Amino acid sequence: MDVLDGNAIGGLLHEVFGTEMTAATATCASCGATGPVAQFVVFMRAPGTVARCRNCLAVQMVIVQCKGMNCVDLRGLARLEAA
Amino acid sequence: MSPVSRGFHGRRSDEAAAPGRVPPGQYVTHDFPVLSAGPTPHVPTGAWTFSIRKAGAVLKSWTWQEMRALPADTVTVDVHCVTRWSKLDTRWEGVSVDTLLEQAGAEAAYVLAFSDGGYTTNLPIADVTGGQAWVAFGYEGGPLEPEHGGPARLLVPHLYFWKSAKWVRGLELLERDEPGFWETYGYHMYGDPWREQRYAGD
Amino acid sequence: MAGTAVRRRLTWQVATVVAVNDETATVRTIELAAADWAGHRAGQHLDVRLTAEDGYTAERSYSIASAPGEPVTITVQRLDDGEVSPYLTTELRAGDELEMRGPIGGYFVWDADHTSPLLLAAGGSGIVPLRSILRHRARSGATAPVRLLYSVRSLPDVIYRTEIDGLADGVSVTYALTRQQPPGWTGHRGRVDAGQLEDVAWPAGRDPVAYVCGPTAFVETIAEGLVGLGYLPHQVKTERFGGPGGP
Repeated sequence: MDVLDGNAIGGLLHEVFGTEMTAATATCASCGATGPVAQFVVFMRAPGTVARCRNCLAVQMVIVQCKGMNCVDLRGLARLEAA
Repeated sequence: MSPVSRGFHGRRSDEAAAPGRVPPGQYVTHDFPVLSAGPTPHVPTGAWTFSIRKAGAVLKSWTWQEMRALPADTVTVDVHCVTRWSKLDTRWEGVSVDTLLEQAGAEAAYVLAFSDGGYTTNLPIADVTGGQAWVAFGYEGGPLEPEHGGPARLLVPHLYFWKSAKWVRGLELLERDEPGFWETYGYHMYGDPWREQRYAGD
Repeated sequence: MAGTAVRRRLTWQVATVVAVNDETATVRTIELAAADWAGHRAGQHLDVRLTAEDGYTAERSYSIASAPGEPVTITVQRLDDGEVSPYLTTELRAGDELEMRGPIGGYFVWDADHTSPLLLAAGGSGIVPLRSILRHRARSGATAPVRLLYSVRSLPDVIYRTEIDGLADGVSVTYALTRQQPPGWTGHRGRVDAGQLEDVAWPAGRDPVAYVCGPTAFVETIAEGLVGLGYLPHQVKTERFGGPGGP
């Protein structure tokens, strides 16, 4: 199984947010760790894309593509600041 | 309209399954794709337990040895993933969930299966009883590999395969249906592949 | 300006294959022409989408191998059990169309006005975005010194061999051959370990920046090793190409 990082979802995030996001700074709501979105631990081969905190592996973002829409859940993040 | 990529057909099987064999929108694969929402846990069987819980209490728990001492079935079933691949005639060995619930001696309307790594999925009790569900530790005659859910996974082949929770460690008995991991993020609460219940609202 | 290049809307567009060129027995470089391409930064990638006749689609990401200002090329390694790479490396030919989205990325990028000493660490096909960085550096006349560490199974697996061996002007190259070495090989053998990494890496005191790219396990090993040598997190940029691994 491929374990990737946030670079791999750069295109998807650009589509969702309308701007480049891999250099954005994310703060984990679970452990407080801060770092670039590019450093998320990313699982893409799933019913959705799951991005996890590199420090504690808590879910940061889940993106499900359903019925032509991107459904984005960011509840795992305390903060997300575009670069 | 996306242009067709000349000569590209992906990795799918060319064979067409018999009509009605495969649910709508699915294609047959001979691979066994590995899909996961998180890293593969590695739990030694010496540390493994399976428990049935209700309202915060453990009703019954089995160690690996105790689970393996129970009568086990070998079943051959088709499995259908919501990402559209179906794998036919897969052979599994496992303990029927009926056996486990009988031993726990409890009743409920729904279960929430929970796994190492935090994954959960919800099912009506009626869908994990009556010979429809197993805690499976064997696949194609050998031990279930970690990347496919070993030491043991839930197996509920009549629903989309996300309901067959990998790395399962127990069932929480509930009176109300509560969304598990993928259900929380937009997938269908029930997940019948024959009615193509992929997403909430389908 | 690099800033405006990433703030435009990112949509799928049709690209035409201009040329294909085999780099090794399993690796091919593909030149693409797209109507609406705003240029790219070294280190960025693009997404490719293929559509079968029945509507089945597959998407993959590929690092851009060329420098800003050059025609857009990607270099694809054929995975035996792959779904897309066998098609791109054997079937696809000049004149074919595919869908492409890009350029993508704002983290794993290098601009010519960066002056820190560069450590470029590549595992296998991880060399692709680093080659874009090297070409951009050469074309722009930048003088930041570079150490390239390139880990591959054997010499025939080295991508862009002639180009890399021809690098001069402040670039030092170290190959690590992990599985097979030619007779008389005096270089690194086997996987890069902490000692070899210390030999190659800029000392942390030089305020270097490292770009590490390749299979996930390779990236994890090198990144951890660099942190162990005193590199701070912002000095180690990583791009993982897959395979098992993780924290």
